[in-house]
Amino acid sequence: MVERALPEASVSSAPIAGAAPRRGASIWSALLAEPRVVIAGGFLVLLALAAIFAPLIAPHNPLEQDLMLNTLPPAWVDGAEPGYLLGTDSLGRDLLSRMIYGGRVALTVALVAAFAAGLIGTVLGLLAGFFGGWIDAAVSRLIDIWMAFPPVLLSILLVAVIGTGLTSVILAIVVIDWTRFCRVVRSETLQQARMDYVDAAVVLGTSRWRILFVEILPNLLPVVVVLLSLEMGIAVIVEAVLSFVGLSVSSDMPTWGGLIAEGRQIIYQAWWVLVFPLVLLFATVLAFNQLGDGLRRLVDPVLLR
Amino acid sequence: MRVPFLAVLPWRSLLLAMVTLFGVAVVSFVLLRVVPGDPIAMMISPGASPEDIMRLRASYGLDRSIPVQFVIWLGHAVTGDFGTSISMRQDVMHLIAGRLPATTELTLLALVIALVLGIGTAVLSTLSRRKLVGAAIENGNGILLAVPDFVWALTFVVLFGVAWQILPISGRIDPRISTDFATNFVLFEGLLRLRPAVVGDVLAHMIMPAFALALPLAAVIMRVLKGALEAEGQQDYALLAKIRGRSKLRITLQETLRNALVPTLALTGVQFTFMFGGTVIVERIFSYPGIGNLAIDAVINRDLPLIQGLILVFGLIFILINLAVEASFAMLNPRLRHG
Repeated sequence: MVERALPEASVSSAPIAGAAPRRGASIWSALLAEPRVVIAGGFLVLLALAAIFAPLIAPHNPLEQDLMLNTLPPAWVDGAEPGYLLGTDSLGRDLLSRMIYGGRVALTVALVAAFAAGLIGTVLGLLAGFFGGWIDAAVSRLIDIWMAFPPVLLSILLVAVIGTGLTSVILAIVVIDWTRFCRVVRSETLQQARMDYVDAAVVLGTSRWRILFVEILPNLLPVVVVLLSLEMGIAVIVEAVLSFVGLSVSSDMPTWGGLIAEGRQIIYQAWWVLVFPLVLLFATVLAFNQLGDGLRRLVDPVLLR
Repeated sequence: MRVPFLAVLPWRSLLLAMVTLFGVAVVSFVLLRVVPGDPIAMMISPGASPEDIMRLRASYGLDRSIPVQFVIWLGHAVTGDFGTSISMRQDVMHLIAGRLPATTELTLLALVIALVLGIGTAVLSTLSRRKLVGAAIENGNGILLAVPDFVWALTFVVLFGVAWQILPISGRIDPRISTDFATNFVLFEGLLRLRPAVVGDVLAHMIMPAFALALPLAAVIMRVLKGALEAEGQQDYALLAKIRGRSKLRITLQETLRNALVPTLALTGVQFTFMFGGTVIVERIFSYPGIGNLAIDAVINRDLPLIQGLILVFGLIFILINLAVEASFAMLNPRLRHG
């Protein structure tokens, strides 16, 4: 009961075989039963498109300063300038364009960090769960040590050691969060390895590596996808936090956290510089979370009770 | 029912904790020594000669090997001497000791808020027969679990600091209020000395950061406690009480809540250490003068002695919290008491 209470732990209890009948034609009706997957997923696709095609979509150059046009309010407020939909910051830079370009950094970090953490955690979890023995002992010990090390401590230490920048942010997230994947994948692999189809494959003379990566791994993918989605939400937050305190990318690159930090400075003169990026961050984090949660329910019929 | 505290103190864990702390010290020391960037380079004036640099290097002991440096540092550290902060030119221990009370008060207030909110909503949703109330609490809980303290803190700044200006958005106490206190525990000492003006002002400064820290923790407490309450409600003793005609309210408050709190408490302890980590960013947002804010300044200024000291203090706090949880866990659950 306690284990199920936490979202990250509850992913593990899924009997994956149950997802099979939902494949094929019924996938659309399954999606309709879980509308938040569609809503959250749709929002994130739009966000990704805006980030990819930022130079085409953004109404202005995000770095272009015009001190004559500083702290313009959003278009629907008195004193606004048409063409600056969400207003400008203290240097006269267009807020909407900066938010769109900031999405590039946020989504890059989310994708790269989550996939790298997922890859390392999944491979180690598979090996530990399937081969057992000293590999399992070593990986489990490593996870224990990692869990004893509080994440904040680790991230402060990491940023202090490797310095600021996009790579450091991604590296910090990967180093801290690979255990999230490893723990779940390890216990899932343990369960799968006991199933009949694995025994059948052994009898047929399939090699152990083939069993692990061709037979077992596909059954774990739904769980990994759920974890990936949740991890991307976490990565977006970490990037925002680090850029908020000025420990992420250099300051000439717009980031959501950087915009929020600037907005915090001039909150009484220009509330919009804080509010709009904050709303966008909130929506993005919630979308990743709801997508992960919705996917979890789709692949885990037990939770639908 | 009461047992002496020493009997339940997990000595084995204490030993393990010492080993962990030593490990944290070694790892952080070694990592911080391989940092690219010379701490001396940040301290010297532009016209310094190579001899000056060598002398400065020797005076800080930076010309020795890393193991030797560690032994020297450890010898000082066990006496509470963590050296001098490079960026603030003050004793590290003195700096941290001055900031620690603010963070302690903030996290304890946040913990109280989280426990009240979490336990309250869990009991409420267990008792409520209406589907609407249950669904509302469940959905609210889902959002609280997803949204981090960082976002709450900024949302509060906008709502209660700017849109509706009822609370101060930075600092710990209005500088115009005089505090001739002996300690830096302004809230506690204000309460003890019965100074309502001080207490009121400090609380007004703390309420937003405390709530920002408390909300995610409250969501976790609520989720765990609700599950535990449901499980306990299916136990024989609870069913028996039901058959005997006790109301659901009485069964929950008198019978099941006590047992359900045990697993909840264990998890709260772990989550509380995460909340302590959250102070780093929340204190930054509210310019609250605690050790979290200090930590960010230390990293930005690459102030190695200060970072080193803070990492150890954070590590020590995490370990103390875990020990306290284990001890109170054993007190609540007699089955865990080992001879």
